[in-house]
Amino acid sequence: MCGATEGGLSLDGINVAKEALIQGQVLRDGEPVGNAYVRLLDKTGEFTAEVPTSATGHFRFFAGEGQWTLRTLAPKATPVDNRVDAAVGSVAEVTVALV
Amino acid sequence: MTRENSLVTTQWVEDNLDTPGIVLVEVDEDTTAYDKGHIKGAIKLDWSTELQDQVRRDFVNKKQFEELLSSKGVANDDTVVLYGGNNNWFAAYAYWYFTLYGHTDVKLMDGGRKKWELDSRELTDEKPTRETTSYTAQDQDTSIRAFRDDAVAAIGKQNLIDVRSPDEYAGRLLAPAHLPQEQSQRAGHVPTSLNVPWSKNCNDDGTFKSDDDLKALYAEVGIDDSKDTIALCRIGERSSLTWFVLKKLLGHQSVKNYDGSWTEYGSLVGVPIALGDEPGSADA
Repeated sequence: MCGATEGGLSLDGINVAKEALIQGQVLRDGEPVGNAYVRLLDKTGEFTAEVPTSATGHFRFFAGEGQWTLRTLAPKATPVDNRVDAAVGSVAEVTVALV
Repeated sequence: MTRENSLVTTQWVEDNLDTPGIVLVEVDEDTTAYDKGHIKGAIKLDWSTELQDQVRRDFVNKKQFEELLSSKGVANDDTVVLYGGNNNWFAAYAYWYFTLYGHTDVKLMDGGRKKWELDSRELTDEKPTRETTSYTAQDQDTSIRAFRDDAVAAIGKQNLIDVRSPDEYAGRLLAPAHLPQEQSQRAGHVPTSLNVPWSKNCNDDGTFKSDDDLKALYAEVGIDDSKDTIALCRIGERSSLTWFVLKKLLGHQSVKNYDGSWTEYGSLVGVPIALGDEPGSADA
C-alpha cells in the first residue's frame, strides 16, 4: 500500500501509522529548489532538525504531535517560515514558496 | 586566541584552495552528499564505514586510523580543515576524533557545507588524487572522551550537558526529527544533566555565535566552571560540536565528549533516568 501522495515524496517503507510526518517541496517560481535547507522549529521556536532538499526540492521530517514551524533558507533568498501541525498517523504536506 | 586556532571562514577556505599543506575533508551525516558535489580538492571521510569499527561498537583503533589517513593522503604536518552538512555535526565529530588521535593542526570551516552553499560558492564533482602517506597517530587522548561509568559518576557532581533537542531531552522524541523514531531503548535524560541544545551555539546559517554570546549562554544555564564537564547527545556527534565550543572556542579546561551518549545510556540496565523538561535530582 501507500503510494506517493500526489506531488509528494513516496511513503514506501515508512510506517505512517507510527510516525508524525511532515514533508513537502520547496519551490521558486514554480520550480523545485534543490539546494535549500529546511529547519524544523518546535512550538517555542527552538531548533529541532534540519535537512537539505533533494534534487527535486523535497524534504521530510519525523516529528511529534503538535505545532511546528518550517524555516527555509536558500542561496539568494529571504528565509521563509511556514506553520504546520503534525499528528501521529498522518502526513502533513507543505509547499514552501521562496521569493 | 582559541577561535583563531580552531576555526576558519568559508572565505579563508576559498582563498586557500590551492595552498599546499592544507587538506580539506568533508564529513557528512548523509554520506552521499560529497558525491553530489564538494569543495574543490576536498577528500571524503565516511563516518559510518571509515571512522567506526565495523564489528564492535567503537572507533577504529590507532592502527586502522593510521592506515585510513595514509590511504587518503593526509600527512602528520598537514593542516586538516573539516567541513560538512548539518551545521558541521559530523565534521565536529571528526575534529574531536582527529584530536583524540593527536593530530596537531585541525580546523573547522565555520558554517560548514551549508554556509558554503548559502554563499553561492562553487562545488565540484571532481575527485582529487593524493599520494599515499605514512601517517602516525598518537594513543587516544582519553582526557577528552567519556565512557558510561564517567556519565553515571557525574550525576549530581559534574556538569552534564545534554545537547539534544528539548523534545529528545524530555523523552518525547528518541531521535532527531529528520530520522525515524522507532528505537529499542528508554527515552529521557541523565538526571541532573542540563539541556543546552547544540543549535543554541549556532546562527541560522550554521556559523558559531560570538564568544560573548556563547559565554552568556552557558552562564545562563548555570554551568559550573570549577567542575569538569561531559557533553552527550544521541550518538556523540552533536555533542562533539558542543565539546568544540566549550573546549576550543571558550577554552574550558576539562571537557569530555561521551560518544556512547543516549543510545548507550538509555539502554543500560539499572541506571537512573529523568523524564520531562527538568534536570531531575541525583536521588532519582
